[in-house]
Amino acid sequence: MKGAFIVKEIKAAEITKAIKELCIDANCRLTEDVKSAITACRKEEPFPIAEAVLEKLEENFQIAETDMVPVCQDTGLACVFLEIGQDVHIIGNLTEAVDEGVRQGYVEGRLRKSCVRDPLDRVNTGDNTPAVLYTEIVPGDKLKITVAPKGFGSENMSQIKMLKPSDGLEGVKSFILKVVEEAGPNPCPPMVVGVGIGGTFDKAALLAKKALLRPLNERSDNEFYAKLEEELLEKINRLGIGPQGFGGKTTALAVHIETLPTHIAGLPCAVNINCHVTRHRSVVL
Amino acid sequence: MEKQTEKRITTPLTAEVSRELKCGEHVLISGIIYTGRDAAHKRLIELVERGEKLPIDVKDAIIYYVGPAPAKPGQVIGSAGPTTSYRMDAYAPTLLDMGLKGMIGKGKRSEEVVEAMKRNGAVYFGAIGGAGALLAKCIKKAEVVAYEDLGAEAIRRLTVENLPAVVIIDSQGKNLYEEGKAQYLAMLKEKETVE
Repeated sequence: MKGAFIVKEIKAAEITKAIKELCIDANCRLTEDVKSAITACRKEEPFPIAEAVLEKLEENFQIAETDMVPVCQDTGLACVFLEIGQDVHIIGNLTEAVDEGVRQGYVEGRLRKSCVRDPLDRVNTGDNTPAVLYTEIVPGDKLKITVAPKGFGSENMSQIKMLKPSDGLEGVKSFILKVVEEAGPNPCPPMVVGVGIGGTFDKAALLAKKALLRPLNERSDNEFYAKLEEELLEKINRLGIGPQGFGGKTTALAVHIETLPTHIAGLPCAVNINCHVTRHRSVVL
Repeated sequence: MEKQTEKRITTPLTAEVSRELKCGEHVLISGIIYTGRDAAHKRLIELVERGEKLPIDVKDAIIYYVGPAPAKPGQVIGSAGPTTSYRMDAYAPTLLDMGLKGMIGKGKRSEEVVEAMKRNGAVYFGAIGGAGALLAKCIKKAEVVAYEDLGAEAIRRLTVENLPAVVIIDSQGKNLYEEGKAQYLAMLKEKETVE
């Protein structure tokens, strides 16, 4: 071949296998950051009924891990994020490989099938496909796969608002607090609050979803937004909603903010809520 | 709201018992309960509207808003925690007026549901959302009794033993979501005033 050029080849079947395993793993084993966040909040929770609920959540994720059963019966829509190195060549049909992985994971892993083929006729597809697939081309020759099953108790409580530039920081803060307050007990608090600010209508929502993938013990790498995350978490945990909405301090485990440049006329702000069963597992091929 | 001892209740849930249950009380439910969520409720109400018989007797019954995960070999049922209840609000008053005495779910209910509960002496229980693996252990038997084609959303008859729940809204309309929050905020205020 003229002009030696190395591409890494990945077979579609390898992707299928990885996704199948990630679906099962993500649904049955919470990641360490989520488990320690729940435990840390339980230790600091001053309200007895709230402490009791957090204890039950710990017991629940331990049972799930030991028995390898889903932490929550809502094993979600299978959100799959692929970071595809530009020097990777995939042999086979990528979308089909991803869906096949989801199908095998949800069927063989006995996970709940929660996907309907059409939003209005509402017939269940029976195997939780299709996946909600996001692809991004990045430098390098690796393929990073993240599976983040997303339950809809919390998804339904998410909101987006096209704020005005004049609404500024205060507008952003009050919108985020309003979304959390309106969600109340519905999204299974303690919740994780993913926020996307900037970009366009659709990009803000995607940023908010991606914000939920960040480990709970990591703050934004931007100092201003890291402080804003802490300030908002403190404010949210003074709303009194508490675990399950029974009252208490622990309303949220974390607030994650992601931002993008935006238009001179706009200030989009999306808030994607996740429950305490914040799930994501990754692998690099 | 203090940690407290649990009150044991057994189905059928008669009005005598349900009217005694108070907002914030912890209960352990045993006996037969039925599962039902969005799609099953829609079908039940369509039957009512056509004047046809329901596949389950809702009188003094408890419906658990849940779509369980499939059982693994050796399991009675897969993970089975509550789903968010407000999606059943459009259907619940009809069932309450037919004698339904208890609903288990999570999250807020509409005024129409609360009014129908007061009218009929019914109770709304909360099970811990997201604790599906733990709650499944209280389910000793599960059989599909209607709408098998709905998969997770089919109506199942469950035999439960000591299923833990909290009375969120009682038959007087008192609401734990409002009271719990108010109590915590009062406690916080008091603590900060002292400090």
